[in-house]
Amino acid sequence: MMTLSRWKIIAVVLAVIFGVLFSLPNLLPQQTLASMPGFFPRQQLNLGLDLQGGSHLLLEVDTEALRAERLVNTLEDTRVTLNGEGIAFTELRQLNGEITLRVTDPARRDDAARVLRTSLGTALAGTPGGRDITVRNDGPSGIRIAFVQEAMNAEAAKAVEQSIEIIRRRIDELGTREPTIIRQGVDRIVVQAPGESDPERLKNVIGQTAKLTFQMVDESADMAAAAEGRAPPGSEVLPSEDGMSPFIVVRRRALVSGEMLTDASQGFDSQTGEAVVNFRFNSIGARRFGEATAQNIGQRFAIVLDGKVISAPVIRGAITGGSGQISGSFTPQTANDLAVLLRAGALPAPLTVEEQRTVGAELGADAVRAGQISTTIGFITILVFMVFAYGGLFGGISVIALLVNALMIIAIMSVTQATLTLPGIAGLILTLAVAVDANVLIYERMRDEIRAGRNAIAAMDAGFSKAMSSIIDANVTTILAALIMFQFGSGPVRGFAWTLSIGVLTSVFTAVLVTQVLLALWFRAKRPKTLPIV
Amino acid sequence: MWPLIKILPAMTNFRFVAFAKYAGVASVVAALASIFLALYPLTPPCGGLNCGIDFKGGTLLEISTAPRAVDLSRVRSELGALELGDVQVQAFGAPSSALVRFQTPEGESSEQAIEEVKAALNSALGEVVFAKTEVVGPKVSGELFQNGLLALGFAIALMLIYIWFRFELQFGIGAVVGLLHDVVLTFGLIALLDLEFSLTSIAAILTIIGYSMNDTVVVFDRLRENLRKFKRMPLAEVIDLTINETLSRTIITGLTTILALGALAIFGGPTLFGFSIIMIFGVVIGTYSSIYVAAPIILLWGVKRGEEEAEPLPVRT
Repeated sequence: MMTLSRWKIIAVVLAVIFGVLFSLPNLLPQQTLASMPGFFPRQQLNLGLDLQGGSHLLLEVDTEALRAERLVNTLEDTRVTLNGEGIAFTELRQLNGEITLRVTDPARRDDAARVLRTSLGTALAGTPGGRDITVRNDGPSGIRIAFVQEAMNAEAAKAVEQSIEIIRRRIDELGTREPTIIRQGVDRIVVQAPGESDPERLKNVIGQTAKLTFQMVDESADMAAAAEGRAPPGSEVLPSEDGMSPFIVVRRRALVSGEMLTDASQGFDSQTGEAVVNFRFNSIGARRFGEATAQNIGQRFAIVLDGKVISAPVIRGAITGGSGQISGSFTPQTANDLAVLLRAGALPAPLTVEEQRTVGAELGADAVRAGQISTTIGFITILVFMVFAYGGLFGGISVIALLVNALMIIAIMSVTQATLTLPGIAGLILTLAVAVDANVLIYERMRDEIRAGRNAIAAMDAGFSKAMSSIIDANVTTILAALIMFQFGSGPVRGFAWTLSIGVLTSVFTAVLVTQVLLALWFRAKRPKTLPIV
Repeated sequence: MWPLIKILPAMTNFRFVAFAKYAGVASVVAALASIFLALYPLTPPCGGLNCGIDFKGGTLLEISTAPRAVDLSRVRSELGALELGDVQVQAFGAPSSALVRFQTPEGESSEQAIEEVKAALNSALGEVVFAKTEVVGPKVSGELFQNGLLALGFAIALMLIYIWFRFELQFGIGAVVGLLHDVVLTFGLIALLDLEFSLTSIAAILTIIGYSMNDTVVVFDRLRENLRKFKRMPLAEVIDLTINETLSRTIITGLTTILALGALAIFGGPTLFGFSIIMIFGVVIGTYSSIYVAAPIILLWGVKRGEEEAEPLPVRT
C-alpha cells in the first residue's frame, strides 16, 4: 500500500493540475478571463436562482379546460349542422363529457347521425378511417356523441408542446436573459428566468391566455335575463371592461379570431392620445372582417380577450384595409404587453401558476456573501483543528489533501455546470468536514497498529488497507442518501445532493491517494522509526 | 500537549454497555416525547410541526425596509385587516427584514392576494423591498409533502438493505433502529424549537441519516472485525472494546463537523441557520445513537459468531 507506484503520483499530479486550472476562472476578474488564451477554461460556478436572483415558475396546462372548450364547440357545431340540414331536434345538452340530443322525427335519426359523423371532428392520425369522435344511436330517437380518449390525450399533449413554444416566444419578446423552459411530467412546464425581472409582470405575460376574438353584439337579447346570466341560444353573456355596462351579450360565433393576426404593436390614438394596440389581419382575416363589417353597419361588435369584452365599438363603415386598433383603458406598458401576447399567439389552454420562487438579485448577492464567509471560516476552522489534533506533519498532510479536495469540487462543479444553490454551499462545507473523516479513520488505524506492536511502515500500510472498508461503507451510505434527495427533491435540494455527491467522490480520492503519496514521500525521505501521532 | 491526539488516552476503557439500560430508557422517553410534540395537535398535514409553505401551500414574502427597522406589529395589524387565511409575521435576520406568510383566501388567485398585500405594506410602511416571493399551490404542496416523507422512508429502507448486504440482518436492524431514533428525535427538536419544517429540513434530515449511518458503519465495521478476532469474548465485552477503539475517531470527526456547521450557523445568514441547527443536533444524536442504540440492539438480538457455536466444548476427562 505504501509503495510509491508511478501511476499514483501521476494521478495525484493530474488531479491537482485539473483542480487548479478549472477552478481558477472563479477567482479571476471577468476582464482577465476574457484576455486569457483560447485553451484556458472559462466556465465559472453556475449559481442557482436563489444565489443570482431570478424567478422559478411551475406552470400547469389546464387540459380540463381544453376538454370543456372542445365540448362547447362541438355542441355549437352540432346545432349549426343540424339546423343547416333542416333536421329538427330537442334536448341538445352535454352530459358527463358527452353530447346527447333527441331527433324530433325518429325517421330522420339515421340521416342526422350520418351528417354529424362526417361534419364533426377530424380524422385520427394513425388509424385509417378513424375519427376523433364517435356518433352512436341512443334509444329510438336519441344520438350520443362521445370523444375518443386517445385523441383527447394527444390533443392535450400537443397543447402542452404549443404552450412551451408560445411561452418561449413571449419571454423572448420581453428580453429576459437566457430563460430555461422545460416540460415536466405530463402537463407541467418549468420556467426559470434569471435576473431581476419583475415577477408579477413575468407571470402576467406568461399566464395570460390571450385568446382574442371579434364577436357581434346581440342587441336583441333580453337585458333582464342577461343580468341573471341567461342568454338566447347561440349567444352568451360576457363581463365587460368597456366602462359602459358590466356585461354584454354577444353571439357565440366569432367573426375573426386572434390566429388571423399577422402583426400587433403598441401605438397611440391619433385623436385622443390614448395608448392603443394596432393590429393587422392576414388575407383570410381581412376578407372576413371586411365582409362582416360591410353587412353590419350601424351595429356594435365586441373585441373579446380571454372571455372579457375590452371594448364594443359601433361599425361606422366596412373595414376592408385589414388593419385596425383596439382601444381600452390601456397604459403604454399594458398595451405593449398585449401586443407582445397577440404577436406570440394565444395559449391553446389556460395556464395556472402552481409554484413560484422569486429571489431578488440583492438578496441573492447577500446569500453569496454569507456563503463565502461561512465557507471560508468553516474551512479554516477545520484546517486549524486538524493541525491542532494531529500535529504539523500528519495534520498538515490532511490539510493539503483537503485543499486539493476543495479545488477539485469547485473544478468539477464548474466544468459540469452543476447548479450551486444556497443549501449546496452547506453541502460543500459539510463535505469538507466529513472528508476529514477518511483521514481520521486512516490515522486512528495507524495508531492502533503501532499499539499492536508493528513498526512505522507496517502500521502505515495496515492503516490504509484496514481503514478502506470503513471508508467505502461510510461513503456509500452518504451517496445513497444523496441519490434519494436527487430523486425526490426539487431545485435547491437537488443542488445540495449534487454538491454532496461530488464531494464524497473527491474526498475519497484525496483522503486515500493524496494522503498516501505525501506520507510515502515523507517516509522515503526520513525513514522514521515511529509515527508522530502516538 | 501538541498534537492533541497525544493527550487523548491511547486506549480508553469505558464500560458503555453497562449504561445501555439507562440510555435505552432515556432514548425511549425522548422518542415518545418527540412523537408527541411532532404530532400534537393532530391537524393535517403537519400536526405539531411549523410547516412552511412548501408543505402547506400559500405565499411567503421576505420584506426589507432597510435602513429602517420593520414595525412587526404594524405589519400584523395591516395584514390582519385583509382577511387572508393564517397570517404569520416573523423577524428574519437583520431588524430591517421580516418574513410574511399567508394563505390565499378561497376564490382569489395568489396574484391578487400578493398585489393586495404589497399595496397594503407599501402604504403602511413606506418604501418596501420585496426581496423574495414564494408561492406554492395546494397541488404542489401536497406532492412535495408526500415526496418528502417518501424520501425519508426510502432512505431508511435503502440503508437497511445496504447494511444487511454488507453485514448481517442483525446489524441492519440495529442500524435502522438507530436511524429511526435519530429521525424521530430530530422531528422532536424541530417541533420543540418551532423551526420551520420545509424542503430544506428534509434535506437536513436526509443528511443526518447519511452521517449517522456513516458513524454506525465505522463502529460496525470494527465490531465485525473484533467478533472474528475474539471469538470467545462475551458479546457485551466485544461491543465495549469496539466502541472504545473507535472513540477517538468518533470524537474528532464529530468535532470537525460541528465546528464547520457552527461556522455555517453563525455566518451563513438566516436561511441556513435553521438548517445548521438541525444538522448540529443530528450529528450529536447520530454519534450517541451509534454507541447507545445501534450497538446495544445487536446485544439484545444476539449475533451469529462464525464457527464459535460449532466449536466442540472441551471434553472433561
